[in-house]
Amino acid sequence: MRLVTAYSQTVAGHTYAFDHLVEVLAKASPRRSGDELAGCAAQTDAERAAAQWVLADVELTEILETPVIAYEDDEVTRLILDRHDADAFAPISHLSVGGLRDHLLDVASTPDSAARLTALAPGLTPEMVAAVSKLMGNGDLIAVARATEVVTAFRSTIGQRGRLATRLQPNHPTDDARGVAAAVLDGLLLGCGDAVIGINPATDSTHAAGELLRLLDDVRTRYDIPTQSCVLNHVTSSIELIEQGAPVDLVFQSVAGTEAANRGFGIDLAVLGEAREAALSLGRGTVGDNVMYFETGQGSALSADAHRGVGGRPVDQQTLETRGYAVARAFDPLLVNTVVGFIGPEYLADGKQIIRAGLEDHACGKLLGLPMGVDVCYTNHAEADADDMETLLTVLGAGGLGFVITVPGSDDVMLGYQSLAFHDVLSLRHILGLRAAPEFEQWLDRVGLLDDLGRVAAVAAGETRLAALVAP
Amino acid sequence: MSGGSATPALDFWEPLRSATQARIGLGRAGDALTTRDRLALRSAHAVARDAVHLPWDLDALERGVAALDLAVAHVRSRADDRATYLRRPDLGREPASLADVPGADEGTYDVAIVLADGLSAAAHDHHAVPLVQAVVGRTRAADLSLAPVVLATQARVGLGDPVGAHLGATTVIVVVGERPGLSVADSLGAYLTHLPRPGRRDSERNCVSNIREPHGLDYDRAAEILLGLVVGARRLGESGVRLKDRSVAPPPELG
Repeated sequence: MRLVTAYSQTVAGHTYAFDHLVEVLAKASPRRSGDELAGCAAQTDAERAAAQWVLADVELTEILETPVIAYEDDEVTRLILDRHDADAFAPISHLSVGGLRDHLLDVASTPDSAARLTALAPGLTPEMVAAVSKLMGNGDLIAVARATEVVTAFRSTIGQRGRLATRLQPNHPTDDARGVAAAVLDGLLLGCGDAVIGINPATDSTHAAGELLRLLDDVRTRYDIPTQSCVLNHVTSSIELIEQGAPVDLVFQSVAGTEAANRGFGIDLAVLGEAREAALSLGRGTVGDNVMYFETGQGSALSADAHRGVGGRPVDQQTLETRGYAVARAFDPLLVNTVVGFIGPEYLADGKQIIRAGLEDHACGKLLGLPMGVDVCYTNHAEADADDMETLLTVLGAGGLGFVITVPGSDDVMLGYQSLAFHDVLSLRHILGLRAAPEFEQWLDRVGLLDDLGRVAAVAAGETRLAALVAP
Repeated sequence: MSGGSATPALDFWEPLRSATQARIGLGRAGDALTTRDRLALRSAHAVARDAVHLPWDLDALERGVAALDLAVAHVRSRADDRATYLRRPDLGREPASLADVPGADEGTYDVAIVLADGLSAAAHDHHAVPLVQAVVGRTRAADLSLAPVVLATQARVGLGDPVGAHLGATTVIVVVGERPGLSVADSLGAYLTHLPRPGRRDSERNCVSNIREPHGLDYDRAAEILLGLVVGARRLGESGVRLKDRSVAPPPELG
């Protein structure tokens, strides 16, 4: 442990001092409104630059020995440290954060990068990964994410190189069955739904969730679609639904990077483990048994006033977000996505901050070995628009993104925000030569939705056999 | 599917549009959206952004409220402008000054109404005065006393705590412009807090949302629910999670 004012750096004749690693991490973060709101952001650009110089020289072993939230105070810290793989860490244990950045970019340039990064992942802690990301430019984040390959499976296979999967999100303000079915049909006809068909329910009623699960399961079995369904309710509701015999494919939960924030979600690690066991007991997967689906997002801990670390210091939102990935990876999820622009401008103010955060979350999740997707999205009170989302989608696609969220015409009429349109994915798959999940792609072909070049054809909805899905 | 407006492909979707407001069945220009649909999205976004960024019509609101035979007072939050307001929710919960709001001892008034601009000026411009009229009608009928109505600019729900305490109100109702979506940019929310004072948590409030006519919760129904909550809070001695609005509780089979 270092003494007070342990870190300092001079930039342009001014010396900046930082009293703890938590402060260095926060002040080294690229500017964002959430850290300013928390009061932990750098005051000036020069202070930020100084913090980055300091962070570059921090040894990885020092990060391991200096938890941002105390071991005895937080079960997420205990999870991170208790599960740290010393053997996987050994090859990089001599490095500083700056050295790790150089190492990762070096590995990323080699042909066997995916295998090497997969082997390294258990040796990395979220704090190391968050730290190194703060020294990376957007291009570095894309290069490193692109070098990983994280493959998971249930009825479809997610994350293979050259594939981009989609969550089809057919939300409806009152969970109207016909309205939901119409959105499902729309998405399927545009080649979406291979990662999951997943609904955010309008109420927290377990009964209503059961009805939605049966609706989605009927659609899937009727057309033999190789995908999975999910109703995104609380993990305890999913356990109840499994006990009632409902067709639960994936168990969903929002997770965050502190024990206190997770308590705010009404969860702890034990209940996530219980839910996973319950879902596994159903044996519903065909090509794999990854049964968990998690969502995260920078700012969730701060919004729950659960963002403080050692000595009461506010921890920056990107480090806390990355700690949430340690929670996710303990449960072998099929899917993890950051809902990057959903939380609002007090956490990510504008298109620039949302794009940066999306690239950070994607790269950090992948480095930790997660099947990472992104809800490329924004709200109407942020300084962002559809152009920013198309830019973010394209750079994430270049980085080998696993999956994205898609809704009809980019407009989620239930949650009141904008994500991607089904059309956006068609465009990006064409631009970057990406394809749907393999089992789903074969299904698209079987039902006549692909043209001779293997692309999703423009068909008349009423002339496909899927049209019966919305028959009165 | 083609992007034309009268093709058989589009006709397929027409009956389904009564089941959802979602933008289903949009045509393709290659892989992309058609020009029409792209511009429709842009204009909806523009309306939503204007609802957030354009100032509300304070003069019209003041005239409308005064015409209901109510005293009116003004307050601004510590967020000086919209850009600050959007990034600093903490400042939007604190008054810059209460000098223009009449102070009174605790318990002087039964109910105070605070109109907080929130995230939609359009919501207030369209719905605030008739909603206040409906609430005031029921408040007076219940023989409850009303504090001056406060118009709060660059304000969030939490601003009602210091304002309500300063007014000497037992219960404060903050009517706030809700975050606009692409389909709805002008809905109001109403948050009720019993015994308002700085430091109240969100779990100590009750909320009635999506108030707008004709497609949301109508003014009379919203006022009825709010008065039910006022009476319930006075009986229980608190608002929040323990105070349930039984008049809108879902039927048992829906949990």
